[in-house]
Amino acid sequence: MYYRSQYPRDLFAELDRLQREMQEAFDFSPSIRGLARGSFPAINVGGTPSSVDIYAFAPGLDPASIDVQLEKGTLTVAGERKAAEVPEKSTVHINERFGGAFRRVITLPDDVDSESIDAKYRDGLLHIAIQRKQEAQPRRIAIK
Amino acid sequence: MNMNESTQVAKAAEAARNEAAMLPPVDVIEDTGGITLYADLPGVPKDKLSLQVEAGTLTIEGEVALDVPQGMEATHAEVSLPRYRRVFTLSKELDTQKVNAEFNQGLLKLRIPKAEHAKPRRIEVKLT
Repeated sequence: MYYRSQYPRDLFAELDRLQREMQEAFDFSPSIRGLARGSFPAINVGGTPSSVDIYAFAPGLDPASIDVQLEKGTLTVAGERKAAEVPEKSTVHINERFGGAFRRVITLPDDVDSESIDAKYRDGLLHIAIQRKQEAQPRRIAIK
Repeated sequence: MNMNESTQVAKAAEAARNEAAMLPPVDVIEDTGGITLYADLPGVPKDKLSLQVEAGTLTIEGEVALDVPQGMEATHAEVSLPRYRRVFTLSKELDTQKVNAEFNQGLLKLRIPKAEHAKPRRIEVKLT
């Protein structure tokens, strides 16, 4: 499934991405959890010196039904999204949206503080911010 | 508006159309009363969503607003562009005056009813 991206772009960008993914898959060692492109929800990860920020693009969910777990250096985002309702005697012309149970696992850097984690859900976007440990922060050492 | 300004506006609109955008995944379901369209636009706030019906085409556009802390460096990105755009050609029997839109948590639901004259009716077959 890794040839299909969740939010496709134009053809050339797709070809470029495909080539990069082929390289990732064959030349280098891919991640043990696969090249999760095209799976739901799409995830962006970023970091600052003081935090790690994870963005999960998961529209149309009830925030209470999203299960976010932090365990042994991995973060799991799981839940279920119902497929669109199809009334009787109707025709489905296009069916691209994800429906069903989902689970994504992300490996976190070693220096995160599992006690200070903050998750927000807004506009269908789940933002999880995890602070890095105090002792891992860069600091200036005074010379006496 | 003078000529110069209007060409500038036209140029700006064209530039917006040419900007790279992601295609949001959609579901389109048709029943006897009309068409229901669902589109996934996660990260788009209500005021950054634009829906347009013009000359028989429906354009869905949305800008992603990420709440990014200062100095963040992206390490992994599956969503790599800040906007979505998708255009559909509508068919004549749809009543574009009565489109109903709901937008909740990044999920857009559009209901486009069929015009009264286009709704199915049973045709009596007369025997002569």
